[in-house]
Amino acid sequence: MLRIPCPHCGVRDEPEFVFGGPAHVVRPDPLDATVSDATWTQYLFARDNPRGLHHERWCHAFGCGRWFNVARDTVTHEIRAVYPMGQARPGEH
Amino acid sequence: MTRPRYSLLRLAREAFTGNKGWEPAWRDAEPRASYDVVVVGGGGHGLATAYYLTRAHGVRSVAVLEKGYIGGGNSGRNTQVSRSNYFYPVSSSFYDRSLRLYESLARELNFNVMLSQRGLIALAHSEHELELTRRWVNGIRMNGVDAEELSVAEIARRVPILNLRSRYPVLGGFTQARAGISRHDAVIWAFARGASAGGADIVQGCEVTGLRQQGGRIVGVETSRGSIAADRVVLSAAGHSSVLAGMAGLRLPLTTMALQAMVTEPVKPILDTVVLSGAIHAYVSQGDRGEVVIGGGADVYNSYSQRGSLALFRNTVAATLELFPCFSRLKIMRQWAGAVDVTPDTSPIMGLTPVRGLYLSCGWGTGGYKAIPAGGETMAWTVVNDRPHPLIAAFSLDRFEQGALIDEGAAAGVAH
Repeated sequence: MLRIPCPHCGVRDEPEFVFGGPAHVVRPDPLDATVSDATWTQYLFARDNPRGLHHERWCHAFGCGRWFNVARDTVTHEIRAVYPMGQARPGEH
Repeated sequence: MTRPRYSLLRLAREAFTGNKGWEPAWRDAEPRASYDVVVVGGGGHGLATAYYLTRAHGVRSVAVLEKGYIGGGNSGRNTQVSRSNYFYPVSSSFYDRSLRLYESLARELNFNVMLSQRGLIALAHSEHELELTRRWVNGIRMNGVDAEELSVAEIARRVPILNLRSRYPVLGGFTQARAGISRHDAVIWAFARGASAGGADIVQGCEVTGLRQQGGRIVGVETSRGSIAADRVVLSAAGHSSVLAGMAGLRLPLTTMALQAMVTEPVKPILDTVVLSGAIHAYVSQGDRGEVVIGGGADVYNSYSQRGSLALFRNTVAATLELFPCFSRLKIMRQWAGAVDVTPDTSPIMGLTPVRGLYLSCGWGTGGYKAIPAGGETMAWTVVNDRPHPLIAAFSLDRFEQGALIDEGAAAGVAH
């Protein structure tokens, strides 16, 4: 069972949260006709799926209802950082 | 390498001579410097691929590289169910081929894989699910595969211990009579024995750490036990496929998750079929040793941990006990999870890649066990001919770019 530190409510159990998949996935410009099918395919379907540190989105659905980002190890499930939506990965500027 | 056949006569002779004549079922090999084909991953799919390469195509120089021990990943963590009740014709023809191979596997491999075609009953818990079930059954029958709608009375007759008026009321369902379970360790060892007898090297404790390329072609692999040259490499490493493909610069449409399963203490025979509830995502069957085997869902987030979360475990158990109240006093003996690689359309990815000589057999997600024989057969053909076998052409990696998804999850309302 994950124990996720919600930045607004504190540490809570996994069932209170909804998983939002990988963070920092950037959508190509839909009005730019030069974006290739391969680029759209990467955006829509391909995933980093790392063994180790993963940056992902969570929503505290049964609490404050707010979204935030989490840096979590996919092997140990250790949560290394929690940071706001829209912010770069910790250690990047 | 010739292998003495297993037979009743042999069993009797060994019994009277102290069982001193048994030889190892397969050869635990040291890696050589080069092979024609290297298969990464010593699970069911990898070993079956090696078996069909040696047996059907006469390829003698094959290695299966396994970082742990054979069958120690998802091949030893599944719930042993085989079935071919798929909605789309491409899935149906592939999985039914696999079930047919399972039906003759024990004879083909001279190894008792304990296939028991006890049927699978899929339950419908709402009017909507009942409608979906009818559509599903029609689809399966149109594909030429057996499927039969069941009334509530018929389900009650076949599974008397099922609670029909629980929080998940049973309104109907359907069965595939040819579905069933087999013994997963036996399937792994049978293919290992067959591949080894055909001349393949099975190398354990050998982790692949790099894929060597030259001019867009694969030329070998780096491993924890040295470099191995090979101009054809098959990746069949389930949950670790993204990591391996990343070594060749490929970014795959896969998410690795922890798929949960559990068994209870052994009890006398009480359940003689496989019961599936898509709504609560549980597969329930009773193994030959008397343990009730429960296949649950996958934790929703990325995980390579091979451990299941308590949250989903609790939900699976609670829902299963609603359906089978008489199991409430059974102790759970073991709970585990496999690192499964799930694709966006819940269908596998098989065949060629943009790197020449590199082949993929991944994306098996929550349903790879049933596909082992046909997966191995078609991948071996694909590697030898360097083009996709007709049965798996639709499962190619480029279907995502073409938009030709095969969404069995949506079609059947259940994960595969």
